[in-house]
Amino acid sequence: MADFWLDAMQIMASTLRLSTPLILCAMAGLFSERAGVVDIGLEGKLLMGAFAAAAAATLTGSPWAGLAAAIGAGVILSLIHAFACVTHRGDQIVSGIAINILASGLTIVMGIALFSQGGQSPPLQRDERFPPLDLPFTETLQNVPFLGDFLGTMLSGHNILVYAALLAVPLTGFVLFSTAFGLRLRAAGEAPEAVDSAGYSVAWLRYRAVIIAGVLCGIAGAYLSIAHGGGFVREMSAGKGYIALAALIFGKWQPVPTLFACLLFGALESSASRLSNVDMPLVGEIPVDVILIAPYVLTVVLLAGFFGKAIPPRALSIPYVKER
Amino acid sequence: MSKGNLPRWVDLGLIPVLNLMMAFAVAGLMVMLIGENPIKALLVMIDGAFVYPGSLGYTLYYATNFIFSGLAVAVAFHAKLFNIGGEGQAMIGGLGAALVCLGLDAYLPGIAIIPIAIVAAAAFGAAWAFLPGFLQATRGSHVVITTIMFNFIAAGVIVTLLTGPLLREGQSTPQTRDFADSATLPKIHEIARALGFDMASSPLNISIILALIACVGVWVLIWRTPFGYRLRTFGESEPAARYSGVGVTSIIIITMCISGALAGLMSINDVLGAQEKLQINFTSGFGFTGIAVALMGRSHPVGIILASLLFGALYQGGAELSFEFRSIDRDMVLVIQGLIILFSGALAYMLEAPLSRVFGRRASLQGEAA
Repeated sequence: MADFWLDAMQIMASTLRLSTPLILCAMAGLFSERAGVVDIGLEGKLLMGAFAAAAAATLTGSPWAGLAAAIGAGVILSLIHAFACVTHRGDQIVSGIAINILASGLTIVMGIALFSQGGQSPPLQRDERFPPLDLPFTETLQNVPFLGDFLGTMLSGHNILVYAALLAVPLTGFVLFSTAFGLRLRAAGEAPEAVDSAGYSVAWLRYRAVIIAGVLCGIAGAYLSIAHGGGFVREMSAGKGYIALAALIFGKWQPVPTLFACLLFGALESSASRLSNVDMPLVGEIPVDVILIAPYVLTVVLLAGFFGKAIPPRALSIPYVKER
Repeated sequence: MSKGNLPRWVDLGLIPVLNLMMAFAVAGLMVMLIGENPIKALLVMIDGAFVYPGSLGYTLYYATNFIFSGLAVAVAFHAKLFNIGGEGQAMIGGLGAALVCLGLDAYLPGIAIIPIAIVAAAAFGAAWAFLPGFLQATRGSHVVITTIMFNFIAAGVIVTLLTGPLLREGQSTPQTRDFADSATLPKIHEIARALGFDMASSPLNISIILALIACVGVWVLIWRTPFGYRLRTFGESEPAARYSGVGVTSIIIITMCISGALAGLMSINDVLGAQEKLQINFTSGFGFTGIAVALMGRSHPVGIILASLLFGALYQGGAELSFEFRSIDRDMVLVIQGLIILFSGALAYMLEAPLSRVFGRRASLQGEAA
């Protein structure tokens, strides 16, 4: 029983680690899409953030500089997105695709220019990465049954960005649903004409929402390359931005359900490696790839309306034209 | 696209050229930041795309991919549908072609297999686009999101098949066995040599002819058939289409299937023409490049052919960069591609206001005179 509990806690801990970039990116998408701007570019911002973090951490020796650079990179891409879709009312999906392709090329081009290692960053030293943190009391409670393992294995020992991701969820909920700014932001995505007639700038609200999304994607990118991983590898975002987008739809643009969708998709990813070559009762061996595509399949099923309806913000993807 | 106050040549000629030049200018700036000479890089790319022996064949080979993927995006664009699923549809199309060749190449002559394989590529691609189209039409699930998801699902399906049931025996690289020679498309240099001309080897094969036929077919479909008229009506205004009795559901589904079929056909260039087997990742992002091609080519077959030639030259010329430079390589092409999508797609309207100031008045004067 105790062994089973410890196993479960280890699986939960790995789920949490794999869900972290999804949670941050999904919260990023939540801000942007609640304000009415589609964010297909999550993937590109995540990748660019990962590269900027690894590059800055390598060059300066500080993970904090890496985090700052990642946030900067995420915000720059966000500003390009906002300039195209808010200022010039361009197609938000086309702009997002441009950002993803741009990021995928730029990270490699800049990686080769900086490090001449085929687009990778050099492996990071210990003090260039975010270390695991031990929560207080874990040692004193180590021998308490169940609780000790829960604290020691599941909750403690993650790096700071994992906790930041967990904190981002209530923070997102608070900003969006309990502040005046959040109210206006959501209104910009539901009824921009109302925001406009109340005297607030729809464009400036959308800009701010998209910038916040850039910050969160940057943090997610830093997590990938300098906290969870030990350096930048080309295409290291590997579709996580798209899974976050799927989680956002799965969570119906609500913070807490989106968190659970991210945890579900993280659990699928962490179970994929555990379940490979394991004979399951009834179904036999499940190919890893089948488990890995499950989030995408689930999202399509959801979109088809089989788990209830996912209704996006009403003005999502519609550029706002001020009445004259 | 245009608000109607710009002369046609500005809208269709000048704006795309200016957008392209902005994309190249920004890319050139990035090359400079890296510390290389952008003019030299451009010359290397032109040399690598057109001058070097065999390079033209490679350029046209890539262009063939882009014609198909560009047409796929363009057909859907005309109905205001955004098919980002070209990548997945091409993968599944390649699977269809490969299954036909693997299953039949021991029994049938090539002249019978190849048409079946081509039809299978189109049919599989169409089938992969059917569900996103069907869900958009009947359930309102946005085709952009579902096609993105279907790209990943297709990749998962192909990996599973190529590492399992379709894996060539005694191999660990995820690919099928080679098809019989008779079941592959003849290469252009082979035909040229058979006719007595000398020509450098390249993967260019007769699917380029099929691509040009597809261009004519799309032009006829969109501008010369009742279906194309309904499709464009729907794209211009969904309410107008509904009131005039257009079956919106079937338009969406059929358009997506045609789009998927064109994307599926892209696969024959590689699977039947160049590699002569199904490999993992053979689509190499060309499905996404189709978006840039369609945007640049203004969703018109002639524009798409021109844009495909440009992208073919970029891809082939870009491959030469890594031989000549220490710090830039072909991934620079991805950057250029991203910039082209940004400037000629997302920022398409940016130049309209300033250009209206320059050309708009003259156009309105001409309008008054007429």
